[in-house]
Amino acid sequence: MREGEPLIEWDWIVRNGDLIIGRLVQHIGLTLIAVGVGLAISFALALLVYRRRSLYPPLTGIAATLYTIPSIALFAVLTPITGFGSILTAEIALVGYTLLILLRNIVSGLDGVPADVREAASAMGYSRWQQLWRVELPIALPLIIAGVRVATVTTVGLVTVAAVIGQGGLGQLILSGLRSFFATPTYVGAFLSLALAFAFDFALIKLQRLLTPWAAGRLRNS
Amino acid sequence: MNELIAWITEPAHWTGSDGIPIRLIEHLQLSGASVLVALLIAVPLGAYVGHTGRLTLFAVTIANIGRAMPTLALLVIFLPFILRAGLGLGFWPTFLPLVLLGIPPILVNTYVGIAEVDTDVQESARGVGMSEMQILRRVELPLAVPAISAGIRTASVQVIATATLGALVASGGLGRYVIDGIALQDNARLIVGAVLIALFALGVDRILGIVETRLAPPGAVAGQLSQGAAPSNP
Repeated sequence: MREGEPLIEWDWIVRNGDLIIGRLVQHIGLTLIAVGVGLAISFALALLVYRRRSLYPPLTGIAATLYTIPSIALFAVLTPITGFGSILTAEIALVGYTLLILLRNIVSGLDGVPADVREAASAMGYSRWQQLWRVELPIALPLIIAGVRVATVTTVGLVTVAAVIGQGGLGQLILSGLRSFFATPTYVGAFLSLALAFAFDFALIKLQRLLTPWAAGRLRNS
Repeated sequence: MNELIAWITEPAHWTGSDGIPIRLIEHLQLSGASVLVALLIAVPLGAYVGHTGRLTLFAVTIANIGRAMPTLALLVIFLPFILRAGLGLGFWPTFLPLVLLGIPPILVNTYVGIAEVDTDVQESARGVGMSEMQILRRVELPLAVPAISAGIRTASVQVIATATLGALVASGGLGRYVIDGIALQDNARLIVGAVLIALFALGVDRILGIVETRLAPPGAVAGQLSQGAAPSNP
Protein backbone atom coordinates (compact mmCIF):
# COMPACT_ATOMS: atom_id res chain seq x y z
CA MET A 1 0.00 0.00 0.00
CA ARG A 2 1.60 3.22 -1.13
CA GLU A 3 1.84 6.26 1.09
CA GLY A 4 -1.12 8.62 0.81
CA GLU A 5 -2.89 6.49 -1.76
CA PRO A 6 -6.69 6.62 -1.59
CA LEU A 7 -8.31 3.26 -0.80
CA ILE A 8 -9.97 3.08 -4.18
CA GLU A 9 -8.76 4.92 -7.27
CA TRP A 10 -11.91 5.32 -9.29
CA ASP A 11 -10.18 6.41 -12.48
CA TRP A 12 -8.19 3.12 -12.50
CA ILE A 13 -11.53 1.31 -12.63
CA VAL A 14 -12.72 3.50 -15.49
CA ARG A 15 -9.48 3.02 -17.43
CA ASN A 16 -9.46 -0.75 -16.94
CA GLY A 17 -13.12 -1.48 -17.63
CA ASP A 18 -12.32 -4.02 -20.35
CA LEU A 19 -9.87 -5.90 -18.18
CA ILE A 20 -12.36 -6.06 -15.31
CA ILE A 21 -15.19 -7.27 -17.52
CA GLY A 22 -12.88 -9.85 -19.10
CA ARG A 23 -11.97 -11.24 -15.69
CA LEU A 24 -15.60 -11.28 -14.64
CA VAL A 25 -16.60 -13.23 -17.76
CA GLN A 26 -13.74 -15.67 -17.18
CA HIS A 27 -14.87 -16.11 -13.58
CA ILE A 28 -18.45 -16.83 -14.64
CA GLY A 29 -17.19 -19.32 -17.25
CA LEU A 30 -14.98 -21.20 -14.79
CA THR A 31 -17.85 -21.38 -12.30
CA LEU A 32 -20.43 -22.59 -14.82
CA ILE A 33 -18.13 -25.30 -16.21
CA ALA A 34 -17.27 -26.52 -12.70
CA VAL A 35 -20.87 -26.68 -11.48
CA GLY A 36 -22.15 -28.09 -14.80
CA VAL A 37 -19.60 -30.90 -14.98
CA GLY A 38 -19.92 -31.49 -11.24
CA LEU A 39 -23.68 -31.81 -11.59
CA ALA A 40 -23.36 -34.27 -14.49
CA ILE A 41 -20.88 -36.45 -12.57
CA SER A 42 -22.88 -36.30 -9.33
CA PHE A 43 -26.02 -37.18 -11.21
CA ALA A 44 -24.39 -40.23 -12.77
CA LEU A 45 -23.08 -41.25 -9.34
CA ALA A 46 -26.50 -40.71 -7.77
CA LEU A 47 -28.05 -42.99 -10.40
CA LEU A 48 -25.44 -45.61 -9.53
CA VAL A 49 -26.38 -45.25 -5.87
CA TYR A 50 -30.04 -45.47 -6.86
CA ARG A 51 -29.29 -48.89 -8.36
CA ARG A 52 -26.77 -50.08 -5.79
CA ARG A 53 -27.21 -48.53 -2.39
CA SER A 54 -24.06 -50.13 -0.99
CA LEU A 55 -22.01 -47.73 -3.14
CA TYR A 56 -23.23 -44.66 -1.26
CA PRO A 57 -20.98 -44.74 1.83
CA PRO A 58 -17.72 -45.29 -0.10
CA LEU A 59 -18.63 -42.65 -2.70
CA THR A 60 -19.48 -39.98 -0.11
CA GLY A 61 -16.37 -41.00 1.83
CA ILE A 62 -14.16 -40.28 -1.18
CA ALA A 63 -15.99 -37.04 -1.94
CA ALA A 64 -15.69 -35.90 1.69
CA THR A 65 -11.94 -36.58 1.73
CA LEU A 66 -11.57 -34.62 -1.49
CA TYR A 67 -13.61 -31.78 0.03
CA THR A 68 -11.30 -31.60 3.05
CA ILE A 69 -8.13 -31.15 0.96
CA PRO A 70 -7.29 -27.44 0.92
CA SER A 71 -7.94 -25.99 -2.54
CA ILE A 72 -4.51 -24.42 -2.87
CA ALA A 73 -2.89 -27.78 -2.13
CA LEU A 74 -5.00 -29.56 -4.75
CA PHE A 75 -4.32 -26.87 -7.36
CA ALA A 76 -0.63 -27.08 -6.52
CA VAL A 77 -0.40 -30.88 -6.81
CA LEU A 78 -2.20 -30.86 -10.16
CA THR A 79 -0.03 -28.10 -11.63
CA PRO A 80 3.00 -30.23 -12.58
CA ILE A 81 0.66 -32.82 -14.16
CA THR A 82 -1.80 -30.70 -16.13
CA GLY A 83 0.21 -27.51 -16.45
CA PHE A 84 0.41 -24.05 -14.89
CA GLY A 85 -2.36 -21.72 -15.97
CA SER A 86 -4.36 -24.41 -17.77
CA ILE A 87 -8.13 -24.44 -17.40
CA LEU A 88 -7.97 -28.19 -16.85
CA THR A 89 -5.87 -27.80 -13.69
CA ALA A 90 -8.37 -25.37 -12.23
CA GLU A 91 -11.44 -27.33 -13.30
CA ILE A 92 -10.36 -30.74 -12.01
CA ALA A 93 -10.08 -29.29 -8.51
CA LEU A 94 -13.17 -27.10 -8.78
CA VAL A 95 -15.33 -29.98 -10.05
CA GLY A 96 -13.96 -32.19 -7.26
CA TYR A 97 -15.22 -29.77 -4.61
CA THR A 98 -18.77 -29.72 -5.93
CA LEU A 99 -19.24 -33.50 -5.77
CA LEU A 100 -19.87 -33.97 -2.06
CA ILE A 101 -22.59 -31.34 -1.77
CA LEU A 102 -24.31 -32.27 -5.04
CA LEU A 103 -24.22 -36.04 -4.57
CA ARG A 104 -25.56 -35.78 -1.03
CA ASN A 105 -28.38 -33.46 -2.02
CA ILE A 106 -29.44 -35.49 -5.07
CA VAL A 107 -29.50 -38.73 -3.07
CA SER A 108 -31.30 -37.16 -0.09
CA GLY A 109 -33.76 -35.58 -2.50
CA LEU A 110 -34.55 -38.95 -4.04
CA ASP A 111 -34.71 -40.56 -0.59
CA GLY A 112 -37.26 -37.97 0.47
CA VAL A 113 -39.86 -39.12 -2.04
CA PRO A 114 -42.76 -40.53 0.04
CA ALA A 115 -43.24 -44.30 -0.31
CA ASP A 116 -46.94 -43.92 -1.22
CA VAL A 117 -46.01 -41.67 -4.13
CA ARG A 118 -43.66 -44.35 -5.44
CA GLU A 119 -46.32 -47.00 -4.98
CA ALA A 120 -48.95 -44.90 -6.70
CA ALA A 121 -46.58 -44.34 -9.63
CA SER A 122 -45.82 -48.01 -10.07
CA ALA A 123 -49.50 -48.88 -9.65
CA MET A 124 -50.19 -46.52 -12.55
CA GLY A 125 -47.88 -48.65 -14.67
CA TYR A 126 -44.77 -46.42 -14.66
CA SER A 127 -41.56 -48.29 -15.35
CA ARG A 128 -38.67 -47.75 -12.97
CA TRP A 129 -37.10 -45.16 -15.32
CA GLN A 130 -40.34 -43.31 -15.95
CA GLN A 131 -40.92 -43.25 -12.24
CA LEU A 132 -37.49 -41.73 -11.69
CA TRP A 133 -37.76 -39.09 -14.40
CA ARG A 134 -41.39 -38.09 -14.14
CA VAL A 135 -42.13 -38.51 -10.45
CA GLU A 136 -39.09 -38.79 -8.20
CA LEU A 137 -36.78 -36.21 -9.78
CA PRO A 138 -39.39 -33.43 -9.85
CA ILE A 139 -40.12 -34.10 -6.19
CA ALA A 140 -36.39 -34.09 -5.39
CA LEU A 141 -35.78 -30.91 -7.38
CA PRO A 142 -35.96 -28.36 -4.55
CA LEU A 143 -33.29 -30.21 -2.58
CA ILE A 144 -31.15 -30.69 -5.69
CA ILE A 145 -31.30 -26.98 -6.46
CA ALA A 146 -30.48 -26.20 -2.83
CA GLY A 147 -27.32 -28.26 -3.36
CA VAL A 148 -26.54 -26.47 -6.61
CA ARG A 149 -26.87 -23.14 -4.77
CA VAL A 150 -24.34 -24.09 -2.10
CA ALA A 151 -22.00 -25.63 -4.69
CA THR A 152 -22.18 -22.54 -6.91
CA VAL A 153 -21.55 -20.03 -4.14
CA THR A 154 -18.64 -22.12 -2.87
CA THR A 155 -17.20 -22.45 -6.38
CA VAL A 156 -17.31 -18.69 -7.00
CA GLY A 157 -15.09 -18.27 -3.93
CA LEU A 158 -12.77 -21.11 -4.86
CA VAL A 159 -12.21 -19.81 -8.38
CA THR A 160 -10.40 -16.80 -6.91
CA VAL A 161 -7.85 -19.14 -5.30
CA ALA A 162 -7.04 -20.56 -8.75
CA ALA A 163 -5.38 -17.20 -9.47
CA VAL A 164 -2.36 -18.57 -7.64
CA ILE A 165 -1.94 -21.15 -10.44
CA GLY A 166 -2.57 -18.63 -13.22
CA GLN A 167 -6.33 -19.01 -13.67
CA GLY A 168 -8.94 -17.56 -11.44
CA GLY A 169 -10.89 -14.77 -13.15
CA LEU A 170 -11.47 -12.04 -10.58
CA GLY A 171 -8.91 -13.72 -8.33
CA GLN A 172 -6.25 -12.44 -10.72
CA LEU A 173 -7.33 -8.88 -9.96
CA ILE A 174 -7.11 -9.60 -6.24
CA LEU A 175 -3.69 -11.19 -6.60
CA SER A 176 -2.24 -8.55 -8.92
CA GLY A 177 -3.32 -5.88 -6.43
CA LEU A 178 -1.62 -7.81 -3.68
CA ARG A 179 1.60 -8.30 -5.64
CA SER A 180 1.91 -4.64 -6.61
CA PHE A 181 0.65 -3.30 -3.25
CA PHE A 182 -2.08 -1.42 -5.09
CA ALA A 183 -5.42 -1.83 -3.32
CA THR A 184 -7.91 -0.86 -6.03
CA PRO A 185 -7.87 -4.03 -8.18
CA THR A 186 -8.03 -6.11 -5.01
CA TYR A 187 -11.17 -4.40 -3.81
CA VAL A 188 -12.75 -4.51 -7.26
CA GLY A 189 -12.02 -8.26 -7.52
CA ALA A 190 -13.26 -9.02 -4.03
CA PHE A 191 -16.42 -6.96 -4.37
CA LEU A 192 -17.31 -8.38 -7.78
CA SER A 193 -16.77 -11.99 -6.73
CA LEU A 194 -18.93 -11.46 -3.66
CA ALA A 195 -21.60 -9.81 -5.82
CA LEU A 196 -21.34 -12.66 -8.33
CA ALA A 197 -21.93 -15.25 -5.60
CA PHE A 198 -25.08 -13.46 -4.44
CA ALA A 199 -26.27 -12.97 -8.04
CA PHE A 200 -25.91 -16.70 -8.80
CA ASP A 201 -27.69 -17.57 -5.57
CA PHE A 202 -30.54 -15.22 -6.35
CA ALA A 203 -30.85 -16.54 -9.92
CA LEU A 204 -31.00 -20.13 -8.66
CA ILE A 205 -33.74 -19.26 -6.16
CA LYS A 206 -35.73 -17.76 -9.03
CA LEU A 207 -35.04 -20.84 -11.17
CA GLN A 208 -36.31 -23.10 -8.42
CA ARG A 209 -39.56 -21.13 -8.09
CA LEU A 210 -39.98 -21.37 -11.83
CA LEU A 211 -39.31 -25.12 -12.02
CA THR A 212 -41.25 -26.15 -8.93
CA PRO A 213 -44.23 -23.83 -8.65
CA TRP A 214 -45.95 -26.34 -6.39
CA ALA A 215 -43.23 -26.00 -3.76
CA ALA A 216 -43.81 -22.27 -3.24
CA GLY A 217 -43.33 -21.37 0.37
CA ARG A 218 -41.69 -24.63 1.32
CA LEU A 219 -37.95 -25.21 1.49
CA ARG A 220 -37.37 -21.56 0.77
CA ASN A 221 -34.60 -21.37 3.31
CA SER A 222 -33.04 -24.75 2.85
CA MET B 1 9.17 -39.06 -8.15
CA ASN B 2 12.92 -39.36 -7.58
CA GLU B 3 13.03 -35.60 -7.28
CA LEU B 4 10.40 -35.77 -4.55
CA ILE B 5 12.28 -38.41 -2.56
CA ALA B 6 15.48 -36.45 -2.95
CA TRP B 7 13.73 -33.32 -1.68
CA ILE B 8 12.22 -35.02 1.36
CA THR B 9 15.35 -36.91 2.33
CA GLU B 10 17.57 -33.81 2.01
CA PRO B 11 18.62 -33.12 5.63
CA ALA B 12 18.68 -29.35 4.99
CA HIS B 13 14.91 -29.47 4.51
CA TRP B 14 14.42 -30.76 8.03
CA THR B 15 16.32 -28.10 9.95
CA GLY B 16 16.41 -24.33 10.28
CA SER B 17 13.69 -21.73 9.88
CA ASP B 18 12.56 -23.11 6.50
CA GLY B 19 12.64 -26.74 7.66
CA ILE B 20 9.56 -28.93 7.65
CA PRO B 21 9.22 -29.16 11.50
CA ILE B 22 9.34 -25.38 11.96
CA ARG B 23 6.89 -24.75 9.10
CA LEU B 24 4.53 -27.35 10.56
CA ILE B 25 4.68 -25.75 14.01
CA GLU B 26 4.12 -22.28 12.52
CA HIS B 27 1.10 -23.57 10.65
CA LEU B 28 -0.28 -25.19 13.79
CA GLN B 29 0.28 -22.08 15.93
CA LEU B 30 -1.25 -19.74 13.40
CA SER B 31 -4.35 -21.90 12.82
CA GLY B 32 -4.69 -22.84 16.49
CA ALA B 33 -4.57 -19.24 17.69
CA SER B 34 -7.05 -18.14 15.03
CA VAL B 35 -9.59 -20.86 15.81
CA LEU B 36 -9.25 -20.19 19.54
CA VAL B 37 -9.95 -16.48 19.19
CA ALA B 38 -12.80 -17.18 16.75
CA LEU B 39 -14.22 -19.59 19.34
CA LEU B 40 -14.04 -17.00 22.13
CA ILE B 41 -16.01 -14.55 19.98
CA ALA B 42 -18.45 -16.89 18.23
CA VAL B 43 -19.63 -19.12 21.09
CA PRO B 44 -20.86 -16.35 23.46
CA LEU B 45 -22.42 -14.48 20.55
CA GLY B 46 -24.06 -17.65 19.18
CA ALA B 47 -25.28 -18.58 22.65
CA TYR B 48 -26.85 -15.14 23.08
CA VAL B 49 -28.58 -15.29 19.70
CA GLY B 50 -29.71 -18.89 20.19
CA HIS B 51 -31.04 -18.35 23.71
CA THR B 52 -32.79 -15.02 23.25
CA GLY B 53 -33.76 -15.33 19.58
CA ARG B 54 -32.54 -11.75 19.12
CA LEU B 55 -30.18 -10.77 16.31
CA THR B 56 -31.09 -13.91 14.36
CA LEU B 57 -31.05 -12.03 11.08
CA PHE B 58 -27.59 -10.72 11.95
CA ALA B 59 -26.28 -14.24 12.54
CA VAL B 60 -27.78 -15.57 9.32
CA THR B 61 -26.35 -12.64 7.35
CA ILE B 62 -22.88 -13.19 8.81
CA ALA B 63 -23.14 -16.86 7.85
CA ASN B 64 -24.19 -16.12 4.29
CA ILE B 65 -21.50 -13.51 3.73
CA GLY B 66 -18.99 -15.85 5.33
CA ARG B 67 -19.91 -18.57 2.90
CA ALA B 68 -19.83 -16.36 -0.18
CA MET B 69 -16.69 -14.43 0.76
CA PRO B 70 -13.71 -15.70 -1.24
CA THR B 71 -10.98 -16.62 1.23
CA LEU B 72 -8.36 -14.99 -0.96
CA ALA B 73 -10.32 -11.73 -0.86
CA LEU B 74 -10.73 -11.95 2.90
CA LEU B 75 -6.99 -12.21 3.24
CA VAL B 76 -6.27 -9.24 1.04
CA ILE B 77 -9.13 -6.92 1.91
CA PHE B 78 -7.79 -6.02 5.36
CA LEU B 79 -4.17 -5.73 4.27
CA PRO B 80 -4.20 -1.96 3.64
CA PHE B 81 -5.72 -1.30 7.08
CA ILE B 82 -3.26 -3.60 8.83
CA LEU B 83 -0.35 -1.96 7.06
CA ARG B 84 -1.67 1.51 7.90
CA ALA B 85 -1.97 0.47 11.52
CA GLY B 86 1.75 -0.34 11.35
CA LEU B 87 1.36 -4.05 12.14
CA GLY B 88 3.50 -5.09 9.16
CA LEU B 89 3.42 -8.16 6.94
CA GLY B 90 3.50 -11.75 8.12
CA PHE B 91 1.54 -12.73 11.24
CA TRP B 92 -1.17 -10.06 11.60
CA PRO B 93 -2.41 -9.88 7.98
CA THR B 94 -2.92 -13.65 8.14
CA PHE B 95 -4.17 -14.02 11.71
CA LEU B 96 -6.97 -11.42 11.60
CA PRO B 97 -8.64 -12.73 8.40
CA LEU B 98 -8.34 -16.28 9.73
CA VAL B 99 -10.20 -15.29 12.90
CA LEU B 100 -12.95 -13.73 10.79
CA LEU B 101 -13.05 -16.84 8.62
CA GLY B 102 -13.42 -19.08 11.67
CA ILE B 103 -16.32 -17.15 13.21
CA PRO B 104 -19.26 -17.94 10.86
CA PRO B 105 -19.31 -21.76 11.08
CA ILE B 106 -18.92 -21.71 14.88
CA LEU B 107 -21.44 -18.89 15.32
CA VAL B 108 -24.09 -20.56 13.18
CA ASN B 109 -23.67 -23.99 14.72
CA THR B 110 -23.78 -22.60 18.27
CA TYR B 111 -26.86 -20.58 17.45
CA VAL B 112 -28.64 -23.45 15.68
CA GLY B 113 -27.57 -25.99 18.33
CA ILE B 114 -29.02 -23.88 21.14
CA ALA B 115 -32.11 -22.72 19.27
CA GLU B 116 -32.95 -26.36 18.49
CA VAL B 117 -33.00 -27.46 22.13
CA ASP B 118 -36.49 -28.77 22.73
CA THR B 119 -38.84 -26.12 24.17
CA ASP B 120 -40.12 -28.75 26.63
CA VAL B 121 -36.60 -29.17 27.98
CA GLN B 122 -36.28 -25.40 28.35
CA GLU B 123 -39.66 -25.14 30.07
CA SER B 124 -38.85 -27.91 32.54
CA ALA B 125 -35.56 -26.23 33.39
CA ARG B 126 -37.49 -23.02 34.03
CA GLY B 127 -40.04 -25.05 35.99
CA VAL B 128 -37.44 -26.39 38.43
CA GLY B 129 -36.42 -22.79 39.11
CA MET B 130 -33.30 -22.34 37.03
CA SER B 131 -32.34 -18.80 36.07
CA GLU B 132 -31.91 -17.93 32.38
CA MET B 133 -28.13 -18.05 32.77
CA GLN B 134 -28.34 -21.46 34.45
CA ILE B 135 -30.58 -22.78 31.69
CA LEU B 136 -28.08 -21.61 29.11
CA ARG B 137 -25.02 -22.97 30.90
CA ARG B 138 -26.32 -26.20 32.38
CA VAL B 139 -28.94 -27.28 29.88
CA GLU B 140 -28.67 -25.64 26.48
CA LEU B 141 -24.90 -25.40 26.03
CA PRO B 142 -24.24 -29.06 26.94
CA LEU B 143 -26.99 -30.18 24.57
CA ALA B 144 -25.52 -28.00 21.84
CA VAL B 145 -22.00 -29.44 22.25
CA PRO B 146 -22.22 -31.78 19.24
CA ALA B 147 -23.34 -28.93 17.00
CA ILE B 148 -20.73 -26.54 18.36
CA SER B 149 -17.90 -29.03 17.96
CA ALA B 150 -19.03 -29.75 14.39
CA GLY B 151 -18.76 -26.00 13.78
CA ILE B 152 -15.28 -25.92 15.30
CA ARG B 153 -14.28 -28.79 13.05
CA THR B 154 -15.49 -27.01 9.91
CA ALA B 155 -13.79 -23.80 11.02
CA SER B 156 -10.50 -25.56 11.80
CA VAL B 157 -10.24 -27.27 8.42
CA GLN B 158 -11.04 -24.00 6.66
CA VAL B 159 -8.56 -22.03 8.71
CA ILE B 160 -5.81 -24.59 8.10
CA ALA B 161 -6.50 -24.47 4.37
CA THR B 162 -6.53 -20.70 4.25
CA ALA B 163 -3.46 -20.29 6.44
CA THR B 164 -1.66 -21.66 3.38
CA LEU B 165 -2.56 -18.52 1.46
CA GLY B 166 -0.99 -16.49 4.25
CA ALA B 167 2.34 -17.17 2.55
CA LEU B 168 1.24 -14.61 -0.04
CA VAL B 169 1.44 -11.92 2.63
CA ALA B 170 4.79 -13.16 3.92
CA SER B 171 3.43 -15.38 6.66
CA GLY B 172 5.21 -18.63 7.61
CA GLY B 173 3.67 -22.08 7.76
CA LEU B 174 3.46 -24.86 5.19
CA GLY B 175 2.04 -22.47 2.61
CA ARG B 176 5.56 -21.16 2.09
CA TYR B 177 6.50 -24.35 0.23
CA VAL B 178 3.53 -24.04 -2.11
CA ILE B 179 3.85 -20.33 -2.82
CA ASP B 180 7.67 -20.43 -3.06
CA GLY B 181 7.45 -23.63 -5.10
CA ILE B 182 5.25 -21.86 -7.64
CA ALA B 183 7.48 -18.78 -7.67
CA LEU B 184 10.70 -20.80 -8.05
CA GLN B 185 9.08 -23.36 -10.39
CA ASP B 186 10.34 -26.00 -7.97
CA ASN B 187 7.82 -28.82 -8.37
CA ALA B 188 9.26 -31.01 -5.63
CA ARG B 189 8.89 -28.25 -3.04
CA LEU B 190 5.41 -27.44 -4.32
CA ILE B 191 4.16 -31.03 -4.16
CA VAL B 192 5.71 -31.81 -0.76
CA GLY B 193 4.10 -28.65 0.64
CA ALA B 194 0.72 -29.42 -0.89
CA VAL B 195 0.71 -33.02 0.33
CA LEU B 196 1.76 -31.99 3.85
CA ILE B 197 -1.06 -29.41 3.99
CA ALA B 198 -3.59 -31.93 2.72
CA LEU B 199 -2.47 -34.55 5.25
CA PHE B 200 -2.50 -31.95 8.01
CA ALA B 201 -6.06 -30.85 7.18
CA LEU B 202 -7.32 -34.43 6.83
CA GLY B 203 -5.60 -35.42 10.09
CA VAL B 204 -7.08 -32.55 12.08
CA ASP B 205 -10.51 -33.28 10.57
CA ARG B 206 -10.31 -36.92 11.68
CA ILE B 207 -9.04 -36.10 15.16
CA LEU B 208 -11.73 -33.48 15.74
CA GLY B 209 -14.28 -35.96 14.39
CA ILE B 210 -13.28 -38.38 17.14
CA VAL B 211 -13.29 -35.60 19.79
CA GLU B 212 -16.74 -34.59 18.55
CA THR B 213 -18.11 -38.08 19.18
CA ARG B 214 -16.49 -38.28 22.64
CA LEU B 215 -17.70 -34.88 23.80
CA ALA B 216 -21.35 -35.48 23.06
CA PRO B 217 -23.32 -35.85 26.31
CA PRO B 218 -25.63 -38.87 26.51
CA GLY B 219 -28.90 -37.89 24.90
CA ALA B 220 -27.42 -35.51 22.36
CA VAL B 221 -26.75 -37.06 18.98
CA ALA B 222 -23.16 -36.58 17.87
CA GLY B 223 -22.55 -35.28 14.41
CA GLN B 224 -26.20 -34.42 13.90
CA LEU B 225 -25.29 -31.12 12.36
CA SER B 226 -21.88 -31.87 10.94
CA GLN B 227 -23.45 -32.69 7.60
CA GLY B 228 -26.05 -30.02 7.26
CA ALA B 229 -24.46 -26.99 8.81
CA ALA B 230 -22.85 -24.32 6.69
CA PRO B 231 -20.52 -26.13 4.33
CA SER B 232 -17.91 -23.75 3.11
CA ASN B 233 -14.70 -23.20 1.23
CA PRO B 234 -12.15 -25.84 1.82
